[in-house]
This record gives sequence, structure tokens and C-alpha cells, in this order.
Amino acid sequence: MRATVAAIYRAESRRVFATLVRLLGDLDLAEEALHDAFRAALEQWPRDGVPTNPRAWLVSAGRFKAIDGIRRRARFVAIEHVAEQVDALADETAERDDEGIEDDRLRLIFTCCHPALSPDAQVALTLREVCDLTTEEIARAFLSAAPTLAQRIVRAKAKIRDARIPYQVPTPDELPQRLDSVLRVIYLVFNEGYMASAGESLTRIDLSGEAIRLGRLLVELLPEPEAMGLLALMLLQESRRAARTTETGDLVLLNDQDRSLWNRDQIAAGLALVERALASRRFGSYTLQAAIAAVHADAPSADATDWAEIVGLYDVLLRATPSPIVELNRAVAVAMRDGPAAGLAIVDELLARGNLDDYHLAHATQADLCRRLGKTVEARAAYGRAAALAQQGPERRFLERRLAELEN
Amino acid sequence: MKYLCLVYLDESAPQHVADSDCLAYDAAIRASGHCIASEALQPVRTATTVRVRNGQVSVTDGPFAETKEQLAGFYLIDAKDLDEAIALAARIPPAQEGSVEVRPIRPIREIASQSGASVAHG
Repeated sequence: MRATVAAIYRAESRRVFATLVRLLGDLDLAEEALHDAFRAALEQWPRDGVPTNPRAWLVSAGRFKAIDGIRRRARFVAIEHVAEQVDALADETAERDDEGIEDDRLRLIFTCCHPALSPDAQVALTLREVCDLTTEEIARAFLSAAPTLAQRIVRAKAKIRDARIPYQVPTPDELPQRLDSVLRVIYLVFNEGYMASAGESLTRIDLSGEAIRLGRLLVELLPEPEAMGLLALMLLQESRRAARTTETGDLVLLNDQDRSLWNRDQIAAGLALVERALASRRFGSYTLQAAIAAVHADAPSADATDWAEIVGLYDVLLRATPSPIVELNRAVAVAMRDGPAAGLAIVDELLARGNLDDYHLAHATQADLCRRLGKTVEARAAYGRAAALAQQGPERRFLERRLAELEN
Repeated sequence: MKYLCLVYLDESAPQHVADSDCLAYDAAIRASGHCIASEALQPVRTATTVRVRNGQVSVTDGPFAETKEQLAGFYLIDAKDLDEAIALAARIPPAQEGSVEVRPIRPIREIASQSGASVAHG
């Protein structure tokens, strides 16, 4: 029975929690009610058997436990207020259908990613409340101290309560902007995992995997084109995980990767999503980035890649979201299509503008193009600048290796 | 739930927000029943800051801190939640030039009267 309850906890606890959040209007009350409900299940199910609809049973048990709790505390607060609260809870007519419960999970995601919370708090709260990671796991994943993270979560919950951030799916006219906020949180989580995966610590939770699960959940609940685009982008980037580093943790550039190591299932799922998103004609920058990743995924080798298509997609992406980093990536594609000199001209001009000065990959790109053109002196200087700016061990080692090769 | 929408504008910038626009929105939000009180303020050069330290009242010219944008007016509104408050604040015309800070009202009187009630019931 314990195993059955544990399995039901794994499968249902986040759904039950999301519904309790809606019913009780408070994250902490819902958390408490969730635990009370499972405690009641452990007591009653061995005696009475597992109910036919465990989810509905748990929601209802949690709600009654919460009403009890509010009544108990009633001695300390004004009676009218409590009566009102209990009425509101008892009024809630029966258990909703499954669709209602799925809506509750979507509500919870939008609350955790509300733009009135700081971006850090959005990420922490989403991982805590939607993904059910512990505070310690989140702290370790972001290499920050557990008390700092706990405090961030407590503050975010207090703001939700005091400023009354609602548990609701935004109206259609608010949706695009609010969805952006959710997608940004998911992609932040993914990127943190993507970078960390080349790192040293094995005790860190697989954030990329969490982000992909979140992305899948979002597409399931709200099949908007950009949600599909982001999920596709994450799957296509994740498909290269095994090829991205050597056994010793050194970086392998895309063009040098052993493509037989790419995960074909993830690529197939990613390509299908890109097609669906593009077909909607309402796509944005995530879909375009995924489309670029899809061209790479489709190509048997770097040389056989359709670089003209990639440059074209970067042109569209630049119009949608102008950014020097997108320009830099476009320059790399131009170098592949038209040769390194054409790419270098763009990179030199970009660096001359000054807003990529501190970005190590801008210098690394300049260095690589100079190296391919035989401009050894310039290449060496640029590799040096890039290595000095690089934060991550594997990236720095890669740049230093290139620098050493040029010095011989 | 009550929120105070604090309207900030850069007084030194050439004014683009017309008084007629502000008055039109004021009339609309009052008609909708969301507005409890609203006023525009005289420029910050007319402000006086009062402090009491050790029983001594000190009076100084101007605002407490120099900032780029100054408090120009306020709306005390009633909204069902922060999303509704944000939607109402976003339609205040100066939001297009300056900014609007949305702050939930701390129900200090209600809390005080509740703790009074609990003493009575206890």
C-alpha cells in the first residue's frame, strides 16, 4: 500500500497541489493540505481500499483538512472573515473534470512566472512549486546557498499573497506577453543545465531535463506556436549532448562533432514541433532558433549543411529580435557560406561597435576566422582576449588549447 | 483589494501627456467604480519635507531624495487582484511617459480591529 501511495504521489501530487492552490488561494496552505491529504490516504486506504478516483479523493481530503485548519485558527481571527473563507471553500462544487485540473497546473505556471516577481524568483518558484524540486536541489543546481534561495522563495510567496497575484490563465490580450515570461523562465532553466552539464559536479540535478519536461507540459496545456518552438529548440540542442564534450570534458564545436552520437529521437521530435510551429504562421524567435537548429540536425556533416538557408533564417530572426549576438551567429553562418573573409568583415565591424567587447564568443569567433585566414598574430591576440573573458572551465581550456597550437 | 497607483513623471522633460487625457481617464475609472480617490500633485519644487527627531520638528525644502522621476499624482483603486490593478494602471496616461508604481494597501485598520476582536473572543 505504501508503494501504491508513493506511486500515486509521484503521478498526481503536482496536479492535486495545483488544484488546492486554486481552491485555497495560497501556496503554503495548499502545501500543508497536500501533505495532510496524503497522510490521510496512508491511514484510510489500507482499511478502505484505494478510491476509484484517487486524485479527486485527495483534492477533497486536502480541502476538508484546510477548512478544519482554518476553523481551528478561527479562535484567533475575526469570525466573519473565517465564515466567509469556509463558505467559499465549501461552495466549490464537487471535483472538476480532468480538464479543469489541467487548467489548474497552467494557472500555477503563470503565477510562478508572473512578471511582477523578479526573474530569479520566477525561476526558483517554478522549480519549487511546479517541478517539486526541493530548495536544496535548486540551490545546488544554481550553485547558490540554500538559505539565500529559501529566502527568495519566501519573499516571492509573500508578494503573491500581499499584492494578490492571481492564480489564473491570462486573458487572450495579455497572453503573448505573459507567455514570453513563462518561456523565458523555462529557457533560463534549460541553459543553466546546458552549461552545467559540461561542468564538474555530478550532484547537480538535471536542469535541462526539468526544462524539457516543463516545456512538454506547457505544450500539452497550451499548444501555442512559440511554446512548441521553445520545446523544439531545447530538444534539438539536447540531442547533441553526447557529442558536445569529449570523455575528459573538453568542448567539441558543432562542426567537429561526431553526428552519429546525436540523439535521433530527440531530433525527430524537435523537427516535428518546428514544422507545426512554422505552419501556424504566428511563430517568433524561439521557433526561428529551433528552425536553425533543425537545419543543422538535418545535415549529415558541417560541409553538407545548407548554410544559405541558415543565413536566411538568421536574417528573419534579426528582423524579429535585433541583437548583436544574433548578428554574430549570422556572421559565423556567412563565413561558412561565403568563406572566412566575408564572416570576419562582419565580426570586425560588430566588435568595432563596442557592445560585444565583454562577450568571449565574439573574440573567439574573430580568432577562429583569423586562424582560418592564416592571420596568426591577430588570431593569437583574439584567442587571448577570449580566454581571459571565458567563465567556464571547458570553454577556457578549449581556447587555451587553440592558442597553444598557434604558438607552436 | 485596494491598491495605490503612484504616478511618476520626469518634470524636466517636455510634457506630452495632456491634462485633457488625464481628466478623461479619471472620469472613466471613476465611472467604472474602481477609483476610490485620485489627485494630481503640484510640481516637486512646491514640496516640503517634515521630520521629527528627538521631539524636534525639522522642515526642509524639497523631496526626501533626488530621483529622475517625481511623484506627480496618484489613484487609490479597488481591484480584484494584481492583474486587474496592472490593467487599470497601464491605462493611466502618464504611464506612457513616466511610470506607475502599484502598491497593495496594507489593511492596517482591519488588522487592528481583528486583533481587537480576538481579544474580545479569547
